[in-house]
Order: sequence, then C-alpha cells, then structure tokens
Amino acid sequence: MNPRRKQRLLAVSAMLLLLGGAVAAMLYALQENVDLFYTPSQLVDGLGKDKVKPVPGQRLRIGGMVVKGSVKRDEHSLKVSFDLVDTGPTVTVTYEGILPDLFREGQGIVAQGTLIDATTIAATEVLAKHDEEYMPPEVAEAMKGIKHVAPSKTYPAAAGYQPKAASPAEPVSADVQPAQQQPAGVQP
Amino acid sequence: MMPEIGQLALTFAFGLSALLATFPLYGSFTGHQRALLMAKPLAIGMFLFSALAMGCLIYAFLQNDFTVINVASNSSSILPWYYQITASFGSHEGSMLLWVTMLTLWTALVACFSKSLPLLMQGRILAVLGIICVGFTAFSLFMSNPFARSLPFYPVEGRDLNPLLQDFGMIVHPPLLYLGYVGFAVSFAFAIAALLGGKFDSTWARWARPWTLAAWLFLTLGIMLGSWWAYNELGWGGWWFWDPVENASFMPWLVGTALLHSLAVTEKRGTFKSWTVLLAIAAFSLSLMGAFLVRSGVLVSVHSFASDPSRGLYLLAFLLLVVGGSLFLYALRMNAVRSQSRYQLFSREVLLWGNNVFLLTATLVVFLGTLYPLFHKELGLGSISIGEPFFNQLFYYLVIPFSLLLGLGPWVRWKQQSLPPLLKPLTLVLIGALTLALGYMSLTIGFAANLALLGLLLGAWVGWSAIVEVWQRLQQLGGVGAGISRLQLSHWGMTIAHIGFAVLVIGVAMTKTLSVEKDVRMKIGDTVQLNEYDFTLSDVYALNGPNYGGQAAELEVYSAGEKVTHLHAEKRFYALQKTVMTEAAVHARLSRDLYVALGEELPGPSWALRIYVKPFVRWIWLGGLLMALGGLIALLDPRYRRRQSSAAIPPAVQSEGQHA
Repeated sequence: MNPRRKQRLLAVSAMLLLLGGAVAAMLYALQENVDLFYTPSQLVDGLGKDKVKPVPGQRLRIGGMVVKGSVKRDEHSLKVSFDLVDTGPTVTVTYEGILPDLFREGQGIVAQGTLIDATTIAATEVLAKHDEEYMPPEVAEAMKGIKHVAPSKTYPAAAGYQPKAASPAEPVSADVQPAQQQPAGVQP
Repeated sequence: MMPEIGQLALTFAFGLSALLATFPLYGSFTGHQRALLMAKPLAIGMFLFSALAMGCLIYAFLQNDFTVINVASNSSSILPWYYQITASFGSHEGSMLLWVTMLTLWTALVACFSKSLPLLMQGRILAVLGIICVGFTAFSLFMSNPFARSLPFYPVEGRDLNPLLQDFGMIVHPPLLYLGYVGFAVSFAFAIAALLGGKFDSTWARWARPWTLAAWLFLTLGIMLGSWWAYNELGWGGWWFWDPVENASFMPWLVGTALLHSLAVTEKRGTFKSWTVLLAIAAFSLSLMGAFLVRSGVLVSVHSFASDPSRGLYLLAFLLLVVGGSLFLYALRMNAVRSQSRYQLFSREVLLWGNNVFLLTATLVVFLGTLYPLFHKELGLGSISIGEPFFNQLFYYLVIPFSLLLGLGPWVRWKQQSLPPLLKPLTLVLIGALTLALGYMSLTIGFAANLALLGLLLGAWVGWSAIVEVWQRLQQLGGVGAGISRLQLSHWGMTIAHIGFAVLVIGVAMTKTLSVEKDVRMKIGDTVQLNEYDFTLSDVYALNGPNYGGQAAELEVYSAGEKVTHLHAEKRFYALQKTVMTEAAVHARLSRDLYVALGEELPGPSWALRIYVKPFVRWIWLGGLLMALGGLIALLDPRYRRRQSSAAIPPAVQSEGQHA
C-alpha cells in the first residue's frame, strides 16, 4: 500500500469510527429521552395490544381534558392539582408553577412529568393549546366521544380557580378560547 | 379589483417561470444563444410580477378588504397599519406568496449579478431556479391561493392577527428567514448547473461562495431574531426550545455552515468537490423538508399552520422530486470528477473536514430527534416525544471537540503543516484562554467546575485564538496600521464569525448554568429575592390598549438598597382573537437580564409571577449577530466581484492561508 492510500484508509476508518460512535451515542441518548404519550384511560388500562402499564417513576406525557371543578389550588403557593379524563377513568396531575395562559377547565392539555402512583402524575410542564391539533390523532380519536362543550358556556367553572372561589369580579385575562380557533402560523 | 390583479400577476409569474425553466435549458444543450439570453429578462420579469402580487396582497390588507378570506381571517380594521402589512405573511397562504417573492428576488439577483459567468452557466443556473419557481408558484396559485374571495357572503370585520405575531420581531423575522431558506436554492442551482456541465473548478466555487454566504447570513439573522422574539413574546424566558420547526430551520443552517467551509476548500484547493455538491443539494433539500414539515401538519408545534393533507402531499412530492432528481444526476455525473490536490493528515483541509463531520453529526442529531417521533407513531409503536435533554446532551458532546478544532483551524496551513512552529503561539493562546476564563470566573462568580467553566474555557479558547491569529497576521503584513487594510476582508469576516461563535458558546453555557428562575405567588407589596436583586410588586391595574385589554403589573427592583430599575409586565387579552398574551418585562444588560412575566390572578387577590435573573443571555444573540456580521464582511471581499479574467491568477497567489 502506498502512503497516500494508507492515509486515505486511515481517514476513512477514522470517519467510520467517529460516525459509528456518534450514532451509538445518539441512539443511547434517544432511548433515555423518549417519553411515551398516554391518555388517562391508556394510563389506567395499559397501552397497545399487550396492555403495557407504565411503572411509577417513569417519565411520560399525558394528554386529556381537564375535568370541570377538579382544579384545586394551594392557598399560599403555586401548587395546583387537577384531574384529566378522556373516555374512561380520570387521573390526577399535580404541578407547582404558573399554568399556561390557555389552561382552562374543560379543555385539552398535555402534561409532561413522572408517574407517582397508578393514577397520579407530578408534572414538570403543562402545555395548553387552543386547538385539538396539539394532541396526536389517536388521542383526538379516543376523545371523539366526549361532548366538546365550548368553554365559554361553562365560564364560572372555567375561570381557572376552584369553582367556589371564583369571584364575581371577572379577571379579564382569564377569558376563554373557542375550541375551533386555529393558530396562524409563524414560519415554515 | 386589486386582489384580481394580484392573482393575474401571480399567474404571469407562473407562466414566466415555466418559460425560464425550459428555454435556457433547451438553449444550453442545443447551443441556441438566443434561448440562453432569454434567461435574464425572464427572471427579472418573473420577480416583478410576483412582487406585484405581493404588493396587491399587502394593499388588500391595508384596505381592510375582508372579502378576501386571507385578510378576513388574519387582520382587522383596528390592527395598526404596520401589523396589517406583516399580517400579509402571517398565514400559510400569505407566507407562501412571500416565499415565492423571495425566491424570484434571488433569481432576479442572480440574473443581474452574474455577468462574469459564462452564458451557458448563467442560463443553466437560472433555468434550475426557474424549475424551483415553477414548483412554488404553482403551489401558491393552485393549492393555497392567497387572493381567494369569500364573496358574496363576507364578514364586516376580520378575525384579527394572532397576537403572538403582533411584535416587532415578527415584522423582520419571517422575511429574513425566508431569504435564508430560499437563498440555498441558489447554491443548489449552482451545484446542479455544474453537474449538468460536468465541470467543477475553483472558479465555480468562487462563484457559488458569495451566494451561499448571503443565504447563510440571512438564515443566521432570521434564526437569531426568532430566538429573541420567542424570549420576549412567549413568556417563558426561553430562547431555544428544540421545537420541530426551530429544528427545521436549524438543519439547513448547520448544513449551510458546513457548505461554506467545504466551499472554501473547493475554492482554495480544488478538492472536496463532490462533497461540496452533495452539501449544496442537502442544504436546499433540508430547507424544502422544513417547508414540508411545517405546512403539512405532520409535526405539531407552536409554529405549524393549519394543516391540509393535500398541501403536504404536494410538498412531499416536490421534495422527493428535487432530492431524487438531483441525487440521480449526481450519481450519473460525479464519478467523472476527480480532485487533483493532495494534502497531509495535519493540514487545513483535514481540519475543515473535521468541521464538516461535526456539523453533519449535529444535523443528524437534530434530524433524528425531530423525525423519530414521527416514525415511531407511523410504525404503530405509540406516540412519543423527544425531550430537550436529548438534544442538549448530544450538543454538549459535540461542541467540545468542535470548539477545540475551531481554535486550531485558522492557524493551520493548507496542504501540510508541521507542528513545531505552531507550538509556541498555540501555547500562548492556551495560557491566555485559561487565564481569561479562570480569572473571570474566580473574580466574579467564584470558581466551580461546571458547565459555565467549560463554556468560558471553550469560548476563550476560540475567541482568543481568533484574535491572536489576526494580530499575528497583521504583524506579518507590515504592522497593525498597514495590515488592517491589507488583510483580506474574507479573513476579517471569518475571524469575526468565529468570535461570534465563542460569544454564543459563552452565552449559552453561562445562561444554562447561572440562571435563577422562580415562579412565585405575590400580593401587592410583597418582595421576592433572587440573587442580589429584590423584586417588589408595587401595583397591578387594568390595561386598555387599542385592540386588547388585560392587566399590567409594576415592579420595583432593588439591589443592596439601591434602585436598579422599574419593570412593567403585561398580560394582554386580545378581544377579537380571544387570546391571552404575556408581555414580559425585561431589563437587559450585557452581563444579565432581569425578566418578569405576569401570570394569572389568584384569589387573595394575589398574582402568579415568573421572575428570572438570566446572566449572559444577551451574549447568545450577540454571538449570532457577530456571526452574521462576519458573513457580511466576507461577502464584501472584492475577489467575489472581480471579472473572470482575474480568475486566471493561480489560486496559490490569492490563497490566504499560505503563511501562518
């Protein structure tokens, strides 16, 4: 082998080694960071044909409708808990922090967090959007059975706090969002 | 009337692009000079007509012509006039027309500024651009008509622009980003034209380089502005979310950066040719893929447009056609191309090759992370999401070797470099960087072995190395005074862009490590302490804007008894869109941002507030700006504007890296 060829071989094998290492690292990191998506009934009954249930401590995403009247706030901190439902059982989500602007009772949200016990999730992030597009199609499919009451019709309960605590002085900011609203896009 | 003129103008643009796609190409194979000469007027005409169409759309928005569906659903009569203009590209249809306008603008610019190119090459490049224009004008015309009317039943008031888009950042972000995206079409056209002719030399690379630089420069600015906009408008204080659409713009940027560096090798050394062509194809294909991802609705993000499967299908077909066609051509022609030049293992070529490997690995990371959830779902394995840690972790591993190489790169000669002469200056750079990083850290925030230290070290290494390298080169060129004007502009550009990268790395590492973020519940008069700052909520009152209401909070910030600033955060409620928007209050300094966002009102009455102290967050955008500035300076290098005759000078004379 002439020196030039030898060098080429070295370069090519170095590249292959680097690429191989990179791909391996990537797949490993991917494995670590994949969060499965559940709906409340999938969480309780298990996912897919084999009915695989998540184990406590597992990171996951959950998406469903916020049960009306289930939002409970701590009086002195930003701790909050609420129930989610799709077609069957409900699960409870706890969260500490500021809920997104579009969080409403009776509306679909997605929470990212860890499973505490069979029906409780401690959320690290709560996402809300004003259209169902945010949810994967199968969730929308699962939730088709639910009557989608326009949140404006449930205003006192949808104001964001415990139903009893909802003051008559309505905060302008806590108004509601029709569910069919499409967001305009920003960029490709 | 005006919308119909716009429609007609777009139809003419479509017709002209169809002519541009065929005539010059036909001429280039049959040797018809007239057909080749048609390219320039066709390209300019195509641009004029699509600009006219865009003008008509903007006019319809300014006139509140709610009979046009696009206007009715994205504007309103109470919207300020400048947002009425920007609303014209706030929707899918309008942004597609903007895209077409930008594409034809690039085509017209290529037609005007390529006098130095041989006629044959000119014709081919413009024809390839014409083919792409056909694809997009047809899409705009037949699949997403921005001028569609809702007559005879039209609303008396529009639905208003999405409040998220009512911001200065939104006025400039999309046009810049599109200029970048679409600009890679020019690099692509250069590559395809060269493949058609089968001729690749350093002249070709010198032609393609300024266009690639320009596209890259706009894409950099666009992405940076988008990040700044998200920070101010989304109320989370985040500057990058690894959102699928951000990723869609980041991938062409990464490949575009690799392409710039690979083009440098092709121009200076006449090698890496097939690689450069492949990168040019990849950069544009990724731009197209971004368009497909966003507009088809297969991925969901804050950015996505209302989806329509047929549009997605069209774009997918177009993407496959472009990728498939160009790769087929590549396979046919590329085996004939040989690189003549040789280089040793320790040389600038190999280091730039390293740069490309890391940039492409980064692209692969982003690609996998963005598309994996899609495949996972399509394969029936359930819906998943890829967490931010995936991207952060892998970029962390990639940035370290990348930065180390980057600090070394400009010192190393083309072809071959022996190590001993470099040892002394590099040791000095290393000592300087260590002193800077460790010194700064222990003097201000105290020494700690964390990400911030790593970022400072890498940033100081890259930045200091770039500065010393220029300094040393100035000395060689006859002292600092004389050297400043003698040093090539492209070298200045490179140095500034590299310093920009260093600033960016420092900004990201410092912000990630040292940010203090707190969500608190406050009553009026309450005080919260973050680092050395005391935030006192002094008042909350009702807002009354032109097209919004809501609440505003006033905060006083004190540090050690001294007043720092007064912050005014808003939570707006837009009546027509029935949307809530957070207008964060930001007090910006080079070393830190104070950031307050108003959350919801809680019983008490008290308010949820998000309060952040974010050190060095400005550095992230400053770094991006510096990179773009570097690109601009390099673009101004006179060698790109020299006539063809001067291309006869052997590359060795012009080459900048011969004397390290």
